[in-house]
Amino acid sequence: MTTIGCNCRLIAASVQTTEKEATALLVFPLKEEKREKNITEPSTVSPGYSEDCLTPLRVKPGVRMIHSLFLVNSSGDIFLEKHWKSVVSRSVCDYFFEAQERASEPENVPPVIPTPHHYLISVLRHRIYFVAVIQSEVPPLFVIEFLHRVVDTFQDYFGVCTEAAIKDNVVVVYELLEEMLDNGFPLATESNILKELIKPPTILRTVVNTITGSTNVGEQLPTGQLSVVPWRRTGVKYTNNEAYFDVVEEIDAIIDKSGSTITAEIQGVIDACVKLTGMPDLTLSFMNPRLLDDVSFHPCVRFKRWEAERILSFIPPDGNFRLLSYHVSSQNLVAIPVYVKHNISFREGSSQGRFELTLGPKQTMGKAVEAVLVSSQLPRGVLNANFSASQGTYTFDPVTKMLSWDVGKINPQKLPSLKGSMSLQAGASKPDENPTINIQLKIQQMAISGLKVNRLDMYGEKYKPFKGIKYMTKAGKFQVRT
Amino acid sequence: MTDSKYFTTTKKGEIFELKAELNSDKKEKKKEAVKKVIASMTVGKDVSALFPDVVNCMQTDNLELKKLVYLYLMNYAKSQPDMAIMAVNTFVKDCEDTNPLIRALAVRTMGCIRVDKITEYLCEPLRKCLKDEDPYVRKTAAVCVAKLHDINAQLVEDQGFLDTLKDLISDSNPMVVANAVAALSEIAESHPNSNLLDLNPQSINKLLTALNECTEWGQIFILDCLANYTPRDDRESQSICERVTPRLSHANSAVVLSAVKVLMKFMEMLPKDLDYYGTLLKKLAPPLVTLLSAEPELQYVALRNINLIVQKRPEILKHEMKVFFVKYNDPIYVKLEKLDIMIRLASQANIAQVLAELKEYATEVDVDFVRKAVRAIGRCAIKVEQSAERCVSTLLDLIQTKVNYVVQEAIVVIKDIFRKYPNKYESVIATLCENLDSLDEPEARAAMIWIVGEYAERIDNADELLESFLEGFHDESTQVQLQLLTAIVKLFLKKPTETQELVQQVLSLATQDSDNPDLRDRGYIYWRLLSTDPVAAKEVVLAEKPLISEETDLIEPTLLEELICHIGTLASVYHKPPSAFVEGSRGVQHKRLPARSGSGESAESPEAAPPAGGAAPEAAPAVIPSQGDLLGDLLNLDLGPPTSGGTPAPTSALQMGAMDLLGGGLDSLLGGDLGGSPAMGTGFGGAPAVMPASLNAPVGGGLGDLFDLGGGVGIPTGAYVPPKTVWLPAMKAKGLEISGTFARRAGVIQMELSLNNKAMSVMTDFAIQFNRNSFGLAPAGPLQVLTPLSPNQTIEVSLPLSTVGPVMKMEPLSNLQVAVKNNIDVFYFSCQYPISILFVEDGKMERQVFLATWKDIPNDNEAQFQIKDCHLNTDAATNKLQSSNIFTIAKRTVEGQDMLYQSIKLTNGIWVLAELRVQAGSPSYTLSLKCRAPEVSQFVFQCYEMVLKN
Repeated sequence: MTTIGCNCRLIAASVQTTEKEATALLVFPLKEEKREKNITEPSTVSPGYSEDCLTPLRVKPGVRMIHSLFLVNSSGDIFLEKHWKSVVSRSVCDYFFEAQERASEPENVPPVIPTPHHYLISVLRHRIYFVAVIQSEVPPLFVIEFLHRVVDTFQDYFGVCTEAAIKDNVVVVYELLEEMLDNGFPLATESNILKELIKPPTILRTVVNTITGSTNVGEQLPTGQLSVVPWRRTGVKYTNNEAYFDVVEEIDAIIDKSGSTITAEIQGVIDACVKLTGMPDLTLSFMNPRLLDDVSFHPCVRFKRWEAERILSFIPPDGNFRLLSYHVSSQNLVAIPVYVKHNISFREGSSQGRFELTLGPKQTMGKAVEAVLVSSQLPRGVLNANFSASQGTYTFDPVTKMLSWDVGKINPQKLPSLKGSMSLQAGASKPDENPTINIQLKIQQMAISGLKVNRLDMYGEKYKPFKGIKYMTKAGKFQVRT
Repeated sequence: MTDSKYFTTTKKGEIFELKAELNSDKKEKKKEAVKKVIASMTVGKDVSALFPDVVNCMQTDNLELKKLVYLYLMNYAKSQPDMAIMAVNTFVKDCEDTNPLIRALAVRTMGCIRVDKITEYLCEPLRKCLKDEDPYVRKTAAVCVAKLHDINAQLVEDQGFLDTLKDLISDSNPMVVANAVAALSEIAESHPNSNLLDLNPQSINKLLTALNECTEWGQIFILDCLANYTPRDDRESQSICERVTPRLSHANSAVVLSAVKVLMKFMEMLPKDLDYYGTLLKKLAPPLVTLLSAEPELQYVALRNINLIVQKRPEILKHEMKVFFVKYNDPIYVKLEKLDIMIRLASQANIAQVLAELKEYATEVDVDFVRKAVRAIGRCAIKVEQSAERCVSTLLDLIQTKVNYVVQEAIVVIKDIFRKYPNKYESVIATLCENLDSLDEPEARAAMIWIVGEYAERIDNADELLESFLEGFHDESTQVQLQLLTAIVKLFLKKPTETQELVQQVLSLATQDSDNPDLRDRGYIYWRLLSTDPVAAKEVVLAEKPLISEETDLIEPTLLEELICHIGTLASVYHKPPSAFVEGSRGVQHKRLPARSGSGESAESPEAAPPAGGAAPEAAPAVIPSQGDLLGDLLNLDLGPPTSGGTPAPTSALQMGAMDLLGGGLDSLLGGDLGGSPAMGTGFGGAPAVMPASLNAPVGGGLGDLFDLGGGVGIPTGAYVPPKTVWLPAMKAKGLEISGTFARRAGVIQMELSLNNKAMSVMTDFAIQFNRNSFGLAPAGPLQVLTPLSPNQTIEVSLPLSTVGPVMKMEPLSNLQVAVKNNIDVFYFSCQYPISILFVEDGKMERQVFLATWKDIPNDNEAQFQIKDCHLNTDAATNKLQSSNIFTIAKRTVEGQDMLYQSIKLTNGIWVLAELRVQAGSPSYTLSLKCRAPEVSQFVFQCYEMVLKN
């Protein structure tokens, strides 16, 4: 038994020496005075050794992938930690907190932060920072994608991804994390497979478990895990067989002062909810597949068939999934659904400013523009705003200077407008910055790119499924400069 | 009923309570207790004290409980190794379970327990699991091999697991293949020369097949592995590209970027006129654009990589400028990256759009971003010549806004524009001068002063302007002071009549009242120039300046090539070579883009490139540079100084460097017409007097060479000096390549360096420092590089070393860690010196002392070596060794064997005694070494071998 202890110490010692070597870098005394100072230092401390020169940090080869994960809430507390290898002290997060302090906004924390012995790669989702600790050359995108998958899984399991939800389900969270990553290699990240290994908590199941003493861990190997269609389990049964597809498009655009479009692009997705018995094989064809020249598919889509015939052919996963996402960037294809007339002016020497904003529908193919929300960060010098809205309600936060106007639906006969005056600090000079207007909106039953599904067919199963396709257009990052 | 209840018990007796619950008879209670333990673990509490109790819960048929216990074990096994052994039996049993889930779980957990003792028990179950009928178990076992290798590499090799792992690449299940590849590449990473992933067309084919079927993560591993392969010809390259392109449509951005890496690399081999080449270029743009619509964190990484891609192949994204336009609510780190790429993509075709955008950004709120936007306008002007005028007018518009930091930034960039397009936009100077008072940042002030000085003849009140700055001279930063000094001197040279007083004033301020040496030196130089020869001063101060170009901010081509091979990695995010990220020299493998080659020709594989390491490889035998050349070089030198005073030194090509250095240094020092001044009238004769003293020795040495050569060409007169080896490759040091060797000449240890500038900019301000080392080697003087090292130039420097530096035992003993600094950065490398440079000249021992010492040193300290293939006779060997300060004290001949008794003394006073046995007619010598510090024996033997064989 003692020998084992010995071994352990030896290992620890050798690790220490390698770390020492890593920091044993020389630094030049840059100035004469500094050199002299170094000479007078006691010789036991080797002169000039410093950790300042450690960016980029040197890492050990061979220890790949994600080492640890810390979850940090918006008030800067670590509320969960998971280590896949040896335990990394949570003090490593101090570097993250430093960066967080430096950043003016929570979202401005840089995603990759070097520390003397590790790298921290973080994403911010649902106001929680997911901070991964890595020790070696790992593709950062790999880590970021994995973290996203973790967030998606939590959301999938607990409905929301909040600190409370995670704390409430900490054991499931731990089991999930262990299942998702083995030694830093992603093991199972498909929600279907995970759900078979670890059953999501439901109120009913918790009650049943406490009564019967059964568990929420699957006892069987997931069937789909190793089949040719890993994303689908076998033996799926439904009484109502249905397949719904949502075509959702978001317009990202920058409109300049004069109303002309600087950039406009569409980020589209087709999300599906498929509840079909057995092993259905679906094909989906479009009226105008040429629109889709930049697409990313779910792994279930047969790429060859798409290349050759422009038809989506796939065996769908069970339940909700994203079938494809696409990107339309060529500008003549992107219609701009609303126009904005604005006049924001400040007169030199006066402590008042004018504000006028009118919205109108543009290229909407006759569909109504709904759920319109206008927001804008007014100049810092604005003390207060006194507006009147022809419809909807507006709020102005004098602290953050954020103006937001909930317009609702645009009536083409009576265009919504917001007019009024802004008061400035007395004697302050005219603000330099021009506020940008951010617009959110929704248009039902239309994909703004004009994408239309032609038909959906099912092979491989005998029953007749119920099929439905819905279109929707939203504004993504839709910005109007003034 | 949620898990948060597990957090509620935080009172003192918690551990005690848990202990009781863990030992409860009720299954349910046990499970709840383990859950509580796990919950405490997640918030970083130490629950290791419960180890034995938790391990007791392990033997259960409840899978959830088992999993939880396993989770606990992984966390704490390392701190409780003795206890962990208790768990081994259950592990081994679980590896035989009928449920594959449990088999996999057991083997997986065992691999995570990083305790040496456990690994022995792991081998058998692991071997079985690698051949398990269930692919889920196989794929888990594959990863386990990598884990085990991390703990005990030797064991993995001995047990043959690596071969089994290689076989798994041909597994029928794609997930197993992917995990095997992942495990192999992880192991290969730590053993760069192991040749584990021996890629050939067959295995590549297997990987490509698996690529289509495995999970997204597996695809990343496979693609990264493919990127290390070098196709034999363009056809193979094309076929791989064709099979990889579908990955560009993957939803996982890491897959996309890895695919881009493979394509960028293999594209290099395709002929440009091939149709497919064009198709591929077109296919690359959309996925890159799509990455920019993802979350900001992904965007950031994507942008850093796109930055590399647009530098390598600007044609891919040349029409996609608009996607890089900044949205006002992008995080700042995305904004700055987008801006950088916008400038790289700017061309005549899109400059109008770009400028309009940049002008828009200059009115944003974030100060950093605004500054960078203004700077970007200047960079556009320099990059796109046709747009310069438009850029200048945009900048003038911005200056009119009177926003303080915008104005200052604009002035700084206008200075750069003046440098690029001299005498073109002076009309704006008037506008600039209006803003003189608002400048409070040193950089902006310095820029403004430079402009005034440069165009002094066209600014009527230049003297007034500069004078106004002079009032607060001492409060200015050094940058401004230097600039002011130069500007006023320029002004004086242009308008000497009115400004004499001003120049006097600034010169005295700079030389008498300043304690900044740079400023003083510059002041003195100007002063002397002006007082001795105003014509020369004019030529020096008002000389034509080289134009600046946009090249300055491009990444150096060799580094860019390497980074392209590492797209998607941390290296690509930091734009630093991967070697900067990996500890030590192992694991560093420089990747290069493959050269284009036609069918049939084989391209050099990147794996074949020698791994560049910090430690210098064993010096390869090579001849001393041809002496004929050396002589020629010497004769070419127009040397007129007296020939006395040089101590004869062994031959060296390197000493010539010192001569060059001298010449070069003088040229620049005497630059201009100064050569004609009386002080220098005697020409070179007086030269050494003004040179730093330490240079005299090398000069003398160089002269000595001349005579040595004249005396007897071909006779080895000095100690053997190994040829130079590359210590610091250019790739690791921003274009500075250092090669060198060590020599001992006339009792002085010298480090002989060749500094080669492979970068595009001039290097100056060289300095050197050593880390503490075994024999206390330290530079005896500063590194004498007097002239700036211009691109593609090589300087030879000889650095005398002392042995009085701080001592620290190094591993290996003769390892020396060196840091070299220049104006760009500080670089580190390590090299090994032959221990023979430490053999001192008075190393001949008295016979009697030798005998006594030989007996006195215990026999344990004796080391024997064989020197093979040595064809020297005894006398020649004696002579050769003697010249390296290995002294023969006595010689004995016994039964046809010559026995040479030799002694060596090291600089630190250690004696090494040697017995060298030479069998007549046999090429093999036997060397016995005795020393009180036996660790040096190995190195002494290496010296023997080196000396005798060269």
